[in-house]
Amino acid sequence: MERRTIFPGRAFPILLVLPQLLLTFVFFLWPAGQAIWSSMTRADPFGIRTTFVGTENFYDLFTDPLYRDSIGRTLVFCVAVSVLSMGVALLLAVCADREIRGRGWYRIMLIWPYAVAPAVAAVLWILLLHPQIGLIGRWLNRHGVPWDYKLNGLQAMSVVIGASAWKQVSYNFIFFLAGLQSIPRAVIEAARMDGAKGWFRFRTMVLPLLMPTVFFLIVVNLVYAAFDTFGTIQALTQGGPGKATETLVVKVFRDGLINLDVGGSSAQSVVLMLGVIVLTAVQFRFLSRRTDS
Amino acid sequence: MATLVLDDLRKSFGKTSVLHGVDLALVSGEMLVIVGASGCGKSTLLRLVAGLEEPSGGRIVLDGVDVAARDPADRDIAMVFQNYALYPHMSVFDNMAYGLRIRNMAKAEIGKRVAEAAALLELSHLLERKPRQLSGGQRQRVAMGRAIVRNPKLFLFDEPLSNLDATLRVTMRAEIRRLQRRMAVTSLYVTHDQVEAMTLGDRLLVLHQGRPVQLATPMEVFNRPANIYVAGFIGAPAMNLLPATLVADGAAARLTIGQTLHFVDGRRPGAEGRRLVIGIRPEHLNLDDDGFVLPVDLVEPLGSETVVIGKLEGGQMMTIKLPAAGVSDTSLRVAIPPTHIHVFDAESGLRLEPQ
Repeated sequence: MERRTIFPGRAFPILLVLPQLLLTFVFFLWPAGQAIWSSMTRADPFGIRTTFVGTENFYDLFTDPLYRDSIGRTLVFCVAVSVLSMGVALLLAVCADREIRGRGWYRIMLIWPYAVAPAVAAVLWILLLHPQIGLIGRWLNRHGVPWDYKLNGLQAMSVVIGASAWKQVSYNFIFFLAGLQSIPRAVIEAARMDGAKGWFRFRTMVLPLLMPTVFFLIVVNLVYAAFDTFGTIQALTQGGPGKATETLVVKVFRDGLINLDVGGSSAQSVVLMLGVIVLTAVQFRFLSRRTDS
Repeated sequence: MATLVLDDLRKSFGKTSVLHGVDLALVSGEMLVIVGASGCGKSTLLRLVAGLEEPSGGRIVLDGVDVAARDPADRDIAMVFQNYALYPHMSVFDNMAYGLRIRNMAKAEIGKRVAEAAALLELSHLLERKPRQLSGGQRQRVAMGRAIVRNPKLFLFDEPLSNLDATLRVTMRAEIRRLQRRMAVTSLYVTHDQVEAMTLGDRLLVLHQGRPVQLATPMEVFNRPANIYVAGFIGAPAMNLLPATLVADGAAARLTIGQTLHFVDGRRPGAEGRRLVIGIRPEHLNLDDDGFVLPVDLVEPLGSETVVIGKLEGGQMMTIKLPAAGVSDTSLRVAIPPTHIHVFDAESGLRLEPQ
């Protein structure tokens, strides 16, 4: 059904969309424009003169092996975070979909982490995993497992993946639970009567009917892992040790604000911006397909 | 083909008891219709047999084996659901083949069985379609096909026709009956529709508030309702129920509206003045110039017949079914033929047989 309001004249509708247009201009178009401009300039070491260099920053970027490493690292990170957070969320949602005692509480507890700020969550993880003061970190070291995510790159990567996935589980859980509950009870009952049990029933009946939700969440999770995890990583490892947890967004921050290579950093953020645009377009297509069916 | 025995089957949800002990025995190949108003527990009874609900007590014996503790998957029972419950992501063929594949049947055999069922139900040209591309009647037939191909011990029908329009319902009703006869599969059929109940069942079980009140052939239920509830529930328009008292040493009833009816089949037990309810079906009331006056409240012409609803002094409503001829819309003179009355005890509601 299409609902459309017809306004007489133009002034009033323009007035209504003006706040949104202003917000978009101030917080997106203006900074994006600045980023595009500065991605084509280069500043001298003291920041006194900037010169226009055209696409040179982009050329440097794509020939830089460190940048390619960071892309690979980001891909691994994104896939790991998405798989982990979606897997855990699906498991919890399947459990919560059953008739269990205290189901309301169980759900509220699961939704909470989503409300925790990234920095706060990171502090919480540090208090758990820090090799000297963390509960789990100290326990591991005492039992002969050499644990120090501040020195070991692989451990650092696992920590940021774990922490990032943990924050996203709540979101995925809500969508999976809603998806599960929208599957008609009678269809599952019919499958039971037909002789389908346990894992087989889940694989042939529940999962196919949950597929629209899964596709939607894959896109959302990739976007989250790629662009929304800066706070968590920055607070936990600052991209280190070395460059072990330096994903693309962290690299933008480091190169631009720590190493003061504004031109190169801007070029990176322009590339990222294109990435976001593509992923968002994909996401919109899925969203519209979801509402169609 | 199998026998089904329910032995003191009970179900309560928390503290609310919805089934208070149902005993039932189905012979092989029989179609038993469970009928009752909504909330009487008939769907719960069906879901207990299916295994979708756990009984609070009692036994479900299928072919001599108590299956009450078994998973529905292990009972070899097929069910046709009210909203069909087709698998939306599968083609018609896959919908029917799903249960067979689970049983690891050979591919050729699956193809053969599905083709047979599809031919029987006139679905052969629709096998590649998805459920959403089918009409209501076609979906209904796919649901039937899914049950048939498995050749189960028992069929369960949970109001399978209630989502269809009136014309289709009549066609499908006949089709279900024909199929069930032909395949001779023992069946339980739940409905609230008394026409379905009358036409489909070999026997009828009337449930009221979680208790079985009558188990008999449809005609037996119609001709000799076991209590006031059944009398009012089976038959359309509903039976007229008139308060009365026992008089003449048990040989007659005096209606509160004035008439005295002499029982033609014998005396009823009980003291003089025992409170009774006399039932008379609308089609059994006669127009009679010597009868009592029935002021007309509403006339419902149905084409082949006319239903007149009258209101007696004192507020007692009375329905009378007449041949289609033009009917006075002010008042009628009506007589109650004693040959067609049903006698019930007002206290217990039970039918009173002659001594």
